[in-house]
Amino acid sequence: MDMIELLEPFQRMLDAIATPSEVRAVEEGGDAGPMWQEFAESGFMDALVAEEHGGAGLTLADIEPLLQAIGAQPVPLPVAETMVARALLANAGIDRPDGPILMVTGSALPVPCAAAASHALVDDGEQLHLSPMEALSPVTTGAYHSLSMRLTDTPSGEKLARPAGGLRAIAAVLRAALIAGAAERLTQMSTQFANERVQFGKPIGRQQAVQHMLAVMGEDMIACRIAAQLGLSKGLDVPMPVAAAAKITTSAAVPRIAATAHAVHGAIGISEEYDLQLLTRRLHEWRLADGSEGYWEALLGAARLASPDPTVDWVRTEIFA
Amino acid sequence: MFDTFAIASLPEADESLRSAVRDIIVRCAKGMPTDQRARSWQGFSAEFSRMLGAEGFLGLTLPEQYGGRDRGPFSRFVVVEELLCAGAPVAAHWMADRQSAPLILNYGTETQRQFYIPRICRGEALFCIGMSEPGAGSDLAGVRTRAERRDGGWLLNGQKIWTTHAVHSDYMIALVRTSGTSADRQGGLSQLIVDLKAPGVTVRPITDLTGDAHFSEVFFDNVELGEDALIGNEGEGWKQVTAELAFERSGPERIYSSVVLLDAWIRHVQSSRQIAARADVSPLVGRITAEFATLRAMSIACTARLAAGESPVLEASIVKDRGTSFEQLLPIVIGDDLAAHPDEAVSDELYRTLLYVTHIAPSFSLRGGTREILRGIIARGMGLR
Repeated sequence: MDMIELLEPFQRMLDAIATPSEVRAVEEGGDAGPMWQEFAESGFMDALVAEEHGGAGLTLADIEPLLQAIGAQPVPLPVAETMVARALLANAGIDRPDGPILMVTGSALPVPCAAAASHALVDDGEQLHLSPMEALSPVTTGAYHSLSMRLTDTPSGEKLARPAGGLRAIAAVLRAALIAGAAERLTQMSTQFANERVQFGKPIGRQQAVQHMLAVMGEDMIACRIAAQLGLSKGLDVPMPVAAAAKITTSAAVPRIAATAHAVHGAIGISEEYDLQLLTRRLHEWRLADGSEGYWEALLGAARLASPDPTVDWVRTEIFA
Repeated sequence: MFDTFAIASLPEADESLRSAVRDIIVRCAKGMPTDQRARSWQGFSAEFSRMLGAEGFLGLTLPEQYGGRDRGPFSRFVVVEELLCAGAPVAAHWMADRQSAPLILNYGTETQRQFYIPRICRGEALFCIGMSEPGAGSDLAGVRTRAERRDGGWLLNGQKIWTTHAVHSDYMIALVRTSGTSADRQGGLSQLIVDLKAPGVTVRPITDLTGDAHFSEVFFDNVELGEDALIGNEGEGWKQVTAELAFERSGPERIYSSVVLLDAWIRHVQSSRQIAARADVSPLVGRITAEFATLRAMSIACTARLAAGESPVLEASIVKDRGTSFEQLLPIVIGDDLAAHPDEAVSDELYRTLLYVTHIAPSFSLRGGTREILRGIIARGMGLR
């Protein structure tokens, strides 16, 4: 299938229902129900569900443009997570609930978009549980306009087997794709702003110092895209080194990308009414979610050091094969 | 933005070249000390290059009718990756295989193709690239070396500098001015093949800070060249050089310059530290491994654009800038790790390797276009200039 054909209707839907004012309304405590209803009725939520279970039977790699679009908008609902959760539930023969489903890979840190979820798929290290959100006693963090919540209660509900790499590996790869989408949007916004904003008699984008900052941002954007694509290329059973490479590259790029976007925009980028912050605030949350670069670096490094192979052979076998 | 720059994979048929390349490397480079391997780009062995040619590993992207292998850029990626990761001495055939032969194929006359390309594919015609001059480094439009038309040929005068391996090479492809002045910038530039044995050519090695002399300066004093020295069209040297630089910048070369040091350090850590004591270095190893994997995927994505017949100037600039930053990061963090364990013995061989790479690393972001020039190219590609 031509993925552009898939992306266009999806993007049209996003443009119609996840406008910056709708995103703000949800962040301010508004009802996300109507927005979710549009996603639920679109059919896209079963993109990864096998055809025999009524889905489209697509792979994670197939839907990469959709995941990036969700990150670029940025959608205040766990849409990417729901798509994966529904596929895992379908594979396990469990009925899929109607609402947005969160993926919970740890109880210590807040989970982005939790405020908008009705259910959660929780990895307890041994198996997955499908739990209604209320059962997990979600607690808001108090961070301004954040939809993240801490989920501490022991999960209950229907059980299913963990994927080979655990839920955290898939979740990290989804974060990588969302980061890549936001990175591309921020690079576009910053480049356009630099070409329009006049200081000292010319657009700031004519200044070599600004050009070089944006060139590095462009490099980070491409690195994020390609690392995310690498992460998505293995399907739902993501090997640890693959998830690690994707999340390390994208998480490590987040502070640079956000900093450059804000530096180029100047003070207006900090203001609540300007859309830039919708993306940069989200980027920092995604960086922390499901393991930061430091978490995955320690795992990846330990695995690498346990092997006598030369670097290129190890990377080819463990990440590219 | 840059929508075609997306993940690609190496075809199985090209992956299968690895074991044969490894056999040759083992035969030829066995027993080379690590600090010699770390010189890979600078390692000059005409014998090794001829062996690669005889076994069919040069001219991989070139047509069979000129002695090439008709296989395309992915096969070159695999072979180059193997050579550089092993630290094989590639300098003798490096420029000819990567740049000169494709340039002659694309712009040369049929006579030039038949004369030069088969010998390049056999590893027998060694080329250097004459772009830089005193006063014109990255600013190639400032080239002042001049060739004048004279009696059905050319008379060449001027000077090139920072020319890699001119001392050992047979030919130089020189960017020279054939009309106008440097005030005309890109206009009036042409590319000429210069036989370095011709009367009037003087080559002087330049010793660098590591004690090596891979750079040279080359003087042209009334050098007489035939009409057939011109490649392509007179006055189109700039356009040709731009395309040539895409070949120079788009390969996997821009990731692997420090990889011999990286592997030597990993072996050192594995043999020196208890498994529990490796925990404090794991995040650094993980960071390096992830960046290496991402860069490799970016480089394969760039190679895919070459394989699609494009001239991926932008993609190549992005990979080269990020890649050379990675190459330059390695000696810094590895040096810090080794010296952060001052009571852990480091072999002289590893120490020499570390210092060699540390000292030569500034050149990684100079050769083939400086970092600042590349960022200007990327910014233009983003619509900022």
